[in-house]
Amino acid sequence: MTVAAMGRPPKFTRQSSPEGVRLSLSGDWTLVASHRLEEESRRIVEEARGDRLIVIDLAQVSQLDTAGAWLINRARHDLARRDVAVALEHVRPEYSTLLEEAHYRAFDAPARPNFNVIFVLLSDLGQSTVDALHEFYRGVSFLGELVSSMIYVASRPHRFRLTSLVAQIELIGFRSVPIIILINVLVGGIVAQQGIFQLLKFGASSYTVSLIGILVLRELGVLLTSIMIAGRSGSAITAELGSMKMREEVDALLVMGLSPIEVLIAPRVLGLIISLPILTFIADIAALFGGMIVSWWYGGISPVAFASLLKEAIALHTFLVGIIKAPFMALVIGLIASMDGLATKGSAESLGQQVTSSVVKSIFMVIVMDGLFAVFFASIDY
Amino acid sequence: MSSPSTNADGAVQQRQNRDVIISVRDLVVGFGDRTIVKGLNLDVFRGEVLGVVGGSGQGKSVLTRAILGLVPTRAGAIRIFGQDRDALAPTERRILEQRWGVLFQNGALFSGLTVKQNIQMPMRETRDISQHLMDELAMLKLELVGLGPDAADKFPSELSGGMVKRAALARALALDPELVFLDEPTSGLDPISAAEFDELIGTLQQTLGLTVFMVTHDLDSLYSICDRVAALAEGRVIAAGPLETLLESDHPWLKAYFHGVRGGRLTAARIEHKDEEWKPAPTTR
Repeated sequence: MTVAAMGRPPKFTRQSSPEGVRLSLSGDWTLVASHRLEEESRRIVEEARGDRLIVIDLAQVSQLDTAGAWLINRARHDLARRDVAVALEHVRPEYSTLLEEAHYRAFDAPARPNFNVIFVLLSDLGQSTVDALHEFYRGVSFLGELVSSMIYVASRPHRFRLTSLVAQIELIGFRSVPIIILINVLVGGIVAQQGIFQLLKFGASSYTVSLIGILVLRELGVLLTSIMIAGRSGSAITAELGSMKMREEVDALLVMGLSPIEVLIAPRVLGLIISLPILTFIADIAALFGGMIVSWWYGGISPVAFASLLKEAIALHTFLVGIIKAPFMALVIGLIASMDGLATKGSAESLGQQVTSSVVKSIFMVIVMDGLFAVFFASIDY
Repeated sequence: MSSPSTNADGAVQQRQNRDVIISVRDLVVGFGDRTIVKGLNLDVFRGEVLGVVGGSGQGKSVLTRAILGLVPTRAGAIRIFGQDRDALAPTERRILEQRWGVLFQNGALFSGLTVKQNIQMPMRETRDISQHLMDELAMLKLELVGLGPDAADKFPSELSGGMVKRAALARALALDPELVFLDEPTSGLDPISAAEFDELIGTLQQTLGLTVFMVTHDLDSLYSICDRVAALAEGRVIAAGPLETLLESDHPWLKAYFHGVRGGRLTAARIEHKDEEWKPAPTTR
């Protein structure tokens, strides 16, 4: 800090005379030297405690701000409580208005309830259980609303928002293609490389192709795509809807007699449901391609051999198992993203929380769904 | 509220002192191929309330933002507290910025913080103050702007429009600035709240010895608290001075502004009752 900003520190001197005690204040009684200021005001109270009458002389005070005025007033108040009469002298007119405005008043801190830790823990646990159940209930009812509004729109095709749907498919589907291809080529390659290295120990490196084919088509393609889309598009949907909620745009739709679900959410969810299977298909191809390249490189399996081995290893249902899951994943991502978006409250912080929670929840749910599907397909032997 | 006469007297004294707090010389500001402020000159004197008026898109906000350093200038000089901001080192500039407070049009309270935390934000970030004193000062500032203690722990989204403005003013005053920028302080308030807010600004200005730079559309504010008014049109100051001189100006925009349908009614009423002291209307039972 510069010298100018530091100014003259606040201080006071004490003089006892037959008429009484005089405290002469001097320097800048401003917030810049806040600790010094508090210390001085405390000392005023301390030094004048025993006296019957003191005079606080402000003649030498070069600057006074709200903080200074407040602390002088607080000291006066503390002294008055100890039966010390205090008089102010040489108060400049502008200081007197300030001292008047900043007169002492008690600000009662609201009593902070003192809870037992175990009590708080249990109540938090109960609260989050109830919240989770509420969330589930809200999810189901939201799904119901969404389905009913889709049925409503289906019965009135002219109300169908084709432009909006196409825009969403472009945003969610088309623009994700490069990143989906990239990560799936890489993951396909990585699985192939590990497969070759591990299976080589049994002299069965050609089984790598079966490994890649089944793993990618049944699980990895759809899972990676869903997770990517949950992070990429789910977050975007939550943020978009959240900021629309914050700026009362959602309320504007409601008062126009339009349903936000029909106008905002249906095109997004439908866009997801259409895009995700297509992206999953692209992901499957990309991962198989990545696997083929790596098998050729490390395992010496030529693309022709790869293709014929792949043809033996997989059937149409292998591919279908993966692709069937995609629309369900899309629905889960869309539901969670829209619900969290609409649950945004007024603050920027809340928007951030909702986006985080949307992404975390949808990735979690995508994996849980994948597990449920695995159990289901195993039990029907598909 | 201060009567207009003391305000005018004060303004006369200050003009004699001519202690210039903000001086803008030949300022040019533009975006892309549009030039918005074209060679603007303006002085703000210590202790005065300057009202800046002008039609939409005439450069009021851009001027304010240029003075605050939020938009780059193309030419000209802005001196604040006698210092050329562009020539200052970053630390000096930060000290300069702590000497002013800004009330943005929509409050710009931090939405993730409570009102009290909003007010304490500048104190916490720029000064080393004990938490106890910060709490007391925040509550004091809240009272000064006319908000009750129950507003302290509310979040900005829980406040009404008028309360947001008051809370934002309390934050602008957190460090006891010498200079306060108010961007349309009464816009969006009902006439009663707007009058109260004007009164509040007047009282605080007198109590804390503030210099106020106020962008406004509100004719009532101009009449009740402004010592001087600067009118902006086409990127220049077309007139600056006490309101009376502006009323007599024959610039077409000023004529339309003060003597148009809305302004005319108010101007006539004000001139008619100029010498009468304002009294509350008798209440009927």
